[in-house]
Amino acid sequence: MSHSALDSGPAAAGSAPAVDPEPGQPKAATAPPTRKRRRSFLPYGLILPAAILELLIHIGPMLLGIWIAFISLNQLNLTNWLNAPFVGLQNFVNGLNPESTIGQAFFSTVGRTLVYTILVVGFSWVLGMAGAVFLSSNFKGRALLRTFFLVPYALPAYVGTIAWAFMFNQRDGAVNQILVDTFHLFGDERPFWLLGENSFGAMIVVNVWQLWPFAFLMLMAALQNVPTDVYEAAAIDGASLWQQFRTITLPMVRPANGVLLMVMSLWTFNQFNIPFVLFGASSPKEATLISPLIYQNSFGSWNFGLGGAMSVLLLIALFIASVFYIRMVLPKGADND
Amino acid sequence: MIETRNFRILRNVVLTILSLWVAIPLYVVVSTSLKPLKDVSGLFQWIPREITASPYLDIWTTVPLAKYFQNSLIITICATACSVTVAVLAAYAIARLQFKGKRAFSLTVLSTQMFPGILFLLPLYLIFTQIRNMTGLQLQGSYLGLIITYMTFTLPFAIWMLSGYFASIPKELEEASMIDGTGRMGALFRVILPVAKPGIIAVAVYSFISAWGEVLFASVLTNEATKTLSLGLKAYASESDVFWNQLMAASVVVSLPVLIGFILVQKHLVAGLSAGAVK
Repeated sequence: MSHSALDSGPAAAGSAPAVDPEPGQPKAATAPPTRKRRRSFLPYGLILPAAILELLIHIGPMLLGIWIAFISLNQLNLTNWLNAPFVGLQNFVNGLNPESTIGQAFFSTVGRTLVYTILVVGFSWVLGMAGAVFLSSNFKGRALLRTFFLVPYALPAYVGTIAWAFMFNQRDGAVNQILVDTFHLFGDERPFWLLGENSFGAMIVVNVWQLWPFAFLMLMAALQNVPTDVYEAAAIDGASLWQQFRTITLPMVRPANGVLLMVMSLWTFNQFNIPFVLFGASSPKEATLISPLIYQNSFGSWNFGLGGAMSVLLLIALFIASVFYIRMVLPKGADND
Repeated sequence: MIETRNFRILRNVVLTILSLWVAIPLYVVVSTSLKPLKDVSGLFQWIPREITASPYLDIWTTVPLAKYFQNSLIITICATACSVTVAVLAAYAIARLQFKGKRAFSLTVLSTQMFPGILFLLPLYLIFTQIRNMTGLQLQGSYLGLIITYMTFTLPFAIWMLSGYFASIPKELEEASMIDGTGRMGALFRVILPVAKPGIIAVAVYSFISAWGEVLFASVLTNEATKTLSLGLKAYASESDVFWNQLMAASVVVSLPVLIGFILVQKHLVAGLSAGAVK
């Protein structure tokens, strides 16, 4: 086995999914045959449990999910779904026709989810950046504050949402207590926050509160690599704080930024927990996101085929997004594998 | 940045705003959890008139909270333990070994990590139904069924994070061990695992946190006997009255395990996330 250690080559230690260059062929050829064979079986033995699980809990269900979109499945034949009739593209025609109410609801939900994602990710990034910039300089209490800022992210999502649901209470919640009673906004009328149009904004607030610490965490890690003497030199040259931020800080976080924004966008786009805890199984129509919509169609109105058709479209969209994500995460060299 | 006077003023302002933003909901939860019910139903009071610990005692009898706690613990610990064990082996292969199909495998893990639970919920539900029809094994509403579904999100995440950790461990360590004749597996268990222990613990804690907060699968695949905390807390609001003080007390209690775990492994978690996710 000692050979295998030597021919792994100058691998990029430290880079996350380190993909070594192809094993040195000449050396592998000179290794004793038995060792070579052992070496080639070992990786498969190691990934076997994970591969079987991936197949059973991811690949299989995903293929079945595509199949569901092409059959007529409801609560009557749910327990006997293998015999559910095949209906071709009917679910897509019924559910995604932009002329029909269901189709309009679907497309407006996709649009709403995109707007929601942009707003939540944008606000979270700005707050995270603000926290990271001001906590990257040394001062007393810095470590404590850093841990404190991460608390909303570490809490179970439903706990943070329950807290906000309580605060958004129309009659006597803390939000209206501050906005209406203390600052006399909205002409002293107490707005409903969890009904109608306001519910969309309320959900954004809750999501930003939970997500921004993640942006903070990642940007903080990226900023740690910026040497302070760069800022010193810029300050001596008379650069303002804003100029320093724009010309030094922003370019430094750029490599981490792509993946950060991608991950946050996918999480937000797929958001289910917050609306489910905030509004229950069916959201107000002004605040329905794509995951809750599929849930409502499947387990609310028992129209699984329709939920399945929407799932397939979501799957395609996410698949395209994940291709971009993978391009960012996996180093270029991995393409030759 | 350079600490000019303006910078310091700006810093204090921004950090104060961020602190209040984080602190207010937390303060609302904790202060409400210490109020008697009569003080919770009216307009929100920032300074409690009366402080009592009774909500913390009542939560255990109003709702079978201990049972929900037990359910959550069993499901979360099993899903975490299975994921991390399987992931350690796979992640080591990804980080250190060459094999055909490695890229396909890594891509699968990476992309499934990005797919939402809603895409797996109905298919898994149907598969469970079919298994029951064929073998009589009841997975809906069972611990095993939930553990399997929870692994849909803990497993890919654990594989991905751990491969980042393993790749950041200097190769020389295992090379030395293998020259001493331990072989690959010996090197993995005697050298890599002890060195990567903080990272493995951090990944386990992170998996635990995400499974502890899961709502979607639990809402469809649990029954009264296997209900988890994420759904069980709703019971404080099922009567005509909402026991907000008890709901908040229960929220504090269910948050403590994950919060303590998070703070303990925070440092390693940051290193792992930035090595595994952002690179």
